[in-house]
Amino acid sequence: MDCDICGKKAKVHLTQLVGGQIKKIALCDDCAKEKGVTDPTGFALAEMLLGKSAGKVSVPAPFQTGAGRRCAGCGFTLDDLRRIRRFGCAECYTTFHDEVGQMLRGMHKGTRHCGKVPAGLMELHARTQRLEELRGKLDLAVNSENYEEAAGLRDEIRRIELRATPTKD
Amino acid sequence: MMRFTTLVKNPADWMTGEGADNAIVLTSRIRLARNLRGESFPGWAKKEERRHALEVMRPAVEALPCMKDAFSQELDDLSSVQKQVLVERHLISREHAARGEGSAAVIERRQSIALMLNEEDHLRMQSIRPGLALRSAFDALATVDEELEKSLDLAFDHELGYLTTCPTNLGTGLRASAMLHLPALVLGDQIGQVLQAVNKIGLAVRGLYGEGTESLGNLFQISNQSTLGESEETILRRLERVISQVATHERNARDKLLEDDPAMVADKIGRAYGVLKHAWIIDSKEALNHLSLLRLGGDLGFLPADTVKSCDALLMDIQPAHLQLHSGRKLSPEERDSIRAEIVRGRLQSLQAPDMGSTRKKNDSPDQNPEIL
Ligand SMILES: [Zn+2]
Ligand SMILES: [Zn+2]
Repeated sequence: MDCDICGKKAKVHLTQLVGGQIKKIALCDDCAKEKGVTDPTGFALAEMLLGKSAGKVSVPAPFQTGAGRRCAGCGFTLDDLRRIRRFGCAECYTTFHDEVGQMLRGMHKGTRHCGKVPAGLMELHARTQRLEELRGKLDLAVNSENYEEAAGLRDEIRRIELRATPTKD
Repeated sequence: MMRFTTLVKNPADWMTGEGADNAIVLTSRIRLARNLRGESFPGWAKKEERRHALEVMRPAVEALPCMKDAFSQELDDLSSVQKQVLVERHLISREHAARGEGSAAVIERRQSIALMLNEEDHLRMQSIRPGLALRSAFDALATVDEELEKSLDLAFDHELGYLTTCPTNLGTGLRASAMLHLPALVLGDQIGQVLQAVNKIGLAVRGLYGEGTESLGNLFQISNQSTLGESEETILRRLERVISQVATHERNARDKLLEDDPAMVADKIGRAYGVLKHAWIIDSKEALNHLSLLRLGGDLGFLPADTVKSCDALLMDIQPAHLQLHSGRKLSPEERDSIRAEIVRGRLQSLQAPDMGSTRKKNDSPDQNPEIL
């Protein structure tokens, strides 16, 4: 494969996600050095190397509001997320909760985790999932004006919430 | 701490296929992605932040029971050939090799467990086994995971599971894959159909070598794509079922080839033997394709059964960085082609010409199991 910039024999091969598409980039030693790709951890690498056109591949439906919204954990903005379709830190998933929901549409078999849970979080996880389930049932009951059932569900939710207040960190 | 030269001196257990049926499924591989809470993901983190994350993770990883006397190096301290050798052995990813300061690799002595620190995610853990053994590969890694979560604060969300840099890995963070050798399906022109069917149920298939749709050496990798919304158990069970079905198709295709057109099969294997035994210049494409047929010959009984093992070792050893490691210097492509031919000739020196009369009988195959279909 030849270098994407000068056409010489490529030595450095990188795979980058640009606008949701996998882009393969090949560089020769010289161009890699010149572009500072000794440390190619920067996300927007493909863009930087190949110009903005690299990212022109059909960017999925843009998120609506607040391009400047910023993750308090890592400084990542909604704009960064739109550009690279990846996240800056764990807290980003809370900051950009609604956008995560959009991105996940059709990506996996489901949208809720059903796998392994860290041992220390098992109890909390079970309770959180149970509460989620009861709240869903409560919504249904209220919507179908089944107030007796709704009252029962509300009581059960309150009981679980009181039993142990989840430690928020 | 283990040195690089010691680490790579011996082939990994999973490369020699020791104690496993790896005639069709060469290896099984599990990867888990994990991240630290409260630290920027490696691709977004500044250099100092990456270094900090490394300082948090590295002692925990090195303290793992399986990592006693392990190989543990920052990538910055390895030469580019050394990194490339690790990539060719599938011990680190190409992306990881390209990363600089603050990234490290910790590899268990037998090379069956390898952890990448500060890859795309803070932790990419890998476990490899010969043959079809996704379950045992997963179990080995689950133990590592459970050990690590005692000392590291891993990013986990009650709705989304393990949080990862890229949403395509969310949830279980699990990528399970197997490498398959499918020469008979390719020769019999059935490969397209089979791979399409695999694709349709949401699994990814790609050629192991070569670009685009081209597959060199008839080697393919099948893996899961979905990581969220299903348990690890469900993902592994589906993948294992599909892989053994594909393996059964390949087994049947091998039997059918022998029955329908034994002369064609004998001719292909004989020619591969001739070229590999007598070539003085051979590029990696030609070598891979002939080794694939020689490997098939070993399985079909034209050649001794341990030919399969010799071919697997050669598949690894004829790759560019392995050749440079072997010669101890940088090689031009032309030099590589001669040294590649030399190594192949040397390894096959005592291999007798294929005995075309002694093909394995149809019912000898121990792993034939039509009920799976
Ligand atoms: Zn160049
Ligand atoms: Zn963040």
